[in-house]
Amino acid sequence: MPNKRLTTTSQPRTSATFTKRTLAAFATVAALGLPTLAMAEETVIGVSIPAATHGWTGGVNYHAEQAKKRLEALYPDISITISTAGGPSEQANDLEDLVSLRGIDALVVLPFESGPLTGPVRRVKESGAFVTVVDRGLEQEGIEDLYVAGNNQEMGRVSGQYIRQKLDGQGDIVVLRGIPTVIDDERVQGFQEALEGSDINILDMQYANWNRDDGFEVMQDFLTRFDNIDAVWAQDDDTALGVIAAVRQAEREDEMFIIGGAGMKGIIKRVMEGDELVPADVLYPPAMIATAMDLTVQNFVSNGPVVGEYILGSPLITPENAEQYYFPDSPY
Amino acid sequence: MNSAMPDTKPSGRKRASVDIMTWGPFIALLALAVLGVLINPAFLGLDNLSNMLTRSAFIGVIAIGATFVITAGGLDLSVGSMAAFIAGVMIILMNSLVEQFGAGLTTVLFGVGASLLLGLCAGFINGVVTTKGKIEAFIVTLGTMGIYRSLVTYLADGGTLSLDWGVRDIYRPVYYASLLGIPVPVLVFLVVAVIGYILLNHTRFGRYCFAIGSNEKVAEYSAISVDRIKTLTYMLQGLCVALATIIYVPRLGSASGATGVLWELEAIAAVIIGGTVLKGGHGRIWGTVVGAIMLTMIGNILNLTDAISNYLNGTVQGIIIIVAVYLQRASWRKLAP
Repeated sequence: MPNKRLTTTSQPRTSATFTKRTLAAFATVAALGLPTLAMAEETVIGVSIPAATHGWTGGVNYHAEQAKKRLEALYPDISITISTAGGPSEQANDLEDLVSLRGIDALVVLPFESGPLTGPVRRVKESGAFVTVVDRGLEQEGIEDLYVAGNNQEMGRVSGQYIRQKLDGQGDIVVLRGIPTVIDDERVQGFQEALEGSDINILDMQYANWNRDDGFEVMQDFLTRFDNIDAVWAQDDDTALGVIAAVRQAEREDEMFIIGGAGMKGIIKRVMEGDELVPADVLYPPAMIATAMDLTVQNFVSNGPVVGEYILGSPLITPENAEQYYFPDSPY
Repeated sequence: MNSAMPDTKPSGRKRASVDIMTWGPFIALLALAVLGVLINPAFLGLDNLSNMLTRSAFIGVIAIGATFVITAGGLDLSVGSMAAFIAGVMIILMNSLVEQFGAGLTTVLFGVGASLLLGLCAGFINGVVTTKGKIEAFIVTLGTMGIYRSLVTYLADGGTLSLDWGVRDIYRPVYYASLLGIPVPVLVFLVVAVIGYILLNHTRFGRYCFAIGSNEKVAEYSAISVDRIKTLTYMLQGLCVALATIIYVPRLGSASGATGVLWELEAIAAVIIGGTVLKGGHGRIWGTVVGAIMLTMIGNILNLTDAISNYLNGTVQGIIIIVAVYLQRASWRKLAP
C-alpha cells in the first residue's frame, strides 16, 4: 500500500520533468506549499483497534475489515490501514507507527483504556490528523474531532426496563457483572436506576468478566444459593451462554429468563426463534467501528460536516426486529 | 478425598516432618471447608460439592501432568493455550465430520482421538525443543503459549467456535452425566490421580523424575537418559491437557481466544500448594489434587457470600494461597533440624 510520504515525493517528479535541477527543487517547495495539489492524493486513514481477544472485539475486527473493503471499493482515493493491538502500550506504539510510517490523515481509534491512551492520541492530533474516538472516551476533552460510541448507561437502563416490565415490577433477580471498569459501572448504574421504585430485588451481583466459563460458574453458585430466581441479567452474550448452560444443567429453565447484551449472532438467533429462556437482547454493537469509519471518510469526501458526537442507541432486540441485527457471517 | 494415603518418600528419614508436609494441604483444605460451611450452609449441599469438584477437574487433571514436569525440574506455561487450541481443533474437526458420519458417536470419537494425538504432539514439541534445543523450559513454553493462543484466535476468526448442536447432544454426558452418583469429570480426575500417583511413586519413571529434578547432572552420570525422561514428562502433560479438554468441550461446546486463559498459573499454583517443590526434585500427586480443589473452593466460597466486596476477590484468593503454603513450609522448617 503506497503511503503518503511516497506520493508527496513523486508529485514533483511528474510536474517538473521538463526543467533542470534548480527548477525541480523549486517545484518541490511549491508542491509542499500548495494544498490544492495535495487534494488529488490518496487520503490515508489509520484504524487502531484491540486485537480479537474475546467475542466482542472479534466482532469489532470483523466489521472493521468489512468497512475497509467497502469504503476502499467505493472511494479509490481512500486508503485504510487497520492495526490491532494486544494491550494499551502496544496500541500506543501502533499510533506512533501510523503517524510516522503511514503518515495518516485521519485516525479512528477504539482505545484499550482511556487513561494510558489519552496522551498518544493527543500526539496524533498534534500531527494534524483528523481524530475519531470510538466507544471509550479519552480523559481530556477536546482532543477528538468526532466521538462515536454506544451508550452504556442506556444499555443498562434498557435491560432494566425490560426485566421490570416482563416481571410486572416484582421478583428476585441476579446480576452477573462484567470486568470491573467504567463501562461496567455505567451499565450497572443505568440498570439500577431503571429498577428504582419497583419491588424487584437484586439478590446478588458477582463479576463474570464478560466470559463464558465465568458466567457458567457464577451462575451455578447462584443456583445453589437461591431457591427462586425470576430473571438473570448477564449483561453480555458470552456470559449469557455460560448462564444458559448452568441453568440447563440445574433443569431450572422454566423458572427464569436471561437477558444478555451486545448482539452475538447465536443469542440473536435464539431471540429470533422465540426462545423463552432468552426472550430478548440489548444491542451494544461491535459494528460501531464501521459507523465511525464511515463518518470519518465522509469528512474527506462529503460537503456535510461530521465533527461532533455520535451516540448510538441501545435498542431492545425482540423476535419482531431480531432479523435486522443478525449477521450470520460475522464471527460474533 | 480425605482418605487419600500420604505418599511414601523414598528416603525414610525425617518422618515427623514428612507427615506434616504431607498432611498440610489436607488440613488447609479442611479449614477452608469449615469456613465455607460457616459462611453459607449451602456449601455442603450435594449439588454444590459436585459442582465444585467437577469444576476443579480441568485444572486438577492438568495440574497432575504439571506435577511430573515440575518434579523433573521443568515448567510448562503453554497448557492453557494448548487446551484452547486443542478445543478449537476438536470442534472444527467434529463439525466437519458431521456431514460424513452424522452427529453420532463416531464423530465424537474422532474428536477425542484428535485431542489425545494433538496433546501428545504438543507435549513432544515442548519436550524436544527444551531438551535437544537446550533452551530453558520457561522460554520454550512461553513461546508455544503465544503460538497456541494466536492459533486458536486465528481458527476462530477472532470470534468463537461453536460445536454442532447434534454432536453436542451426543457429547454432553461426558461433562454432565454421573456414574454411581459421581460426575464423570470427577471420575476422570480420580482415575488420572490414581494413575499419576502410581506412576510417580511406584515406578522407575517416577523415581527418575525425582532424581532429575534433584540434580540433573548426577542423574545423567547415573545412566538415566535425562532428555528422554524429561520429554516424556512433557508428553504426559500434553496428554493430561488433552484429557482436560475432552471433558471441557462438552460443558459449553465452544472455544475462543478467551478459553483457558491463566490455566497455566492455576495449575502451577495447585501443584505448589500441594507441596511439590517449584525447583524440582519432589512431587506429590495427592497434594496437587487438594491444591486444585482448594483453588476452586476459594472461588466457590466467594460466590456464596456477599460479605466480601467483589473488588477484593483477588485479595482474598491471594492471601489464602500464600497462607496455605506458608503454614506448610513453616511447620516443616520448625520440625526439621
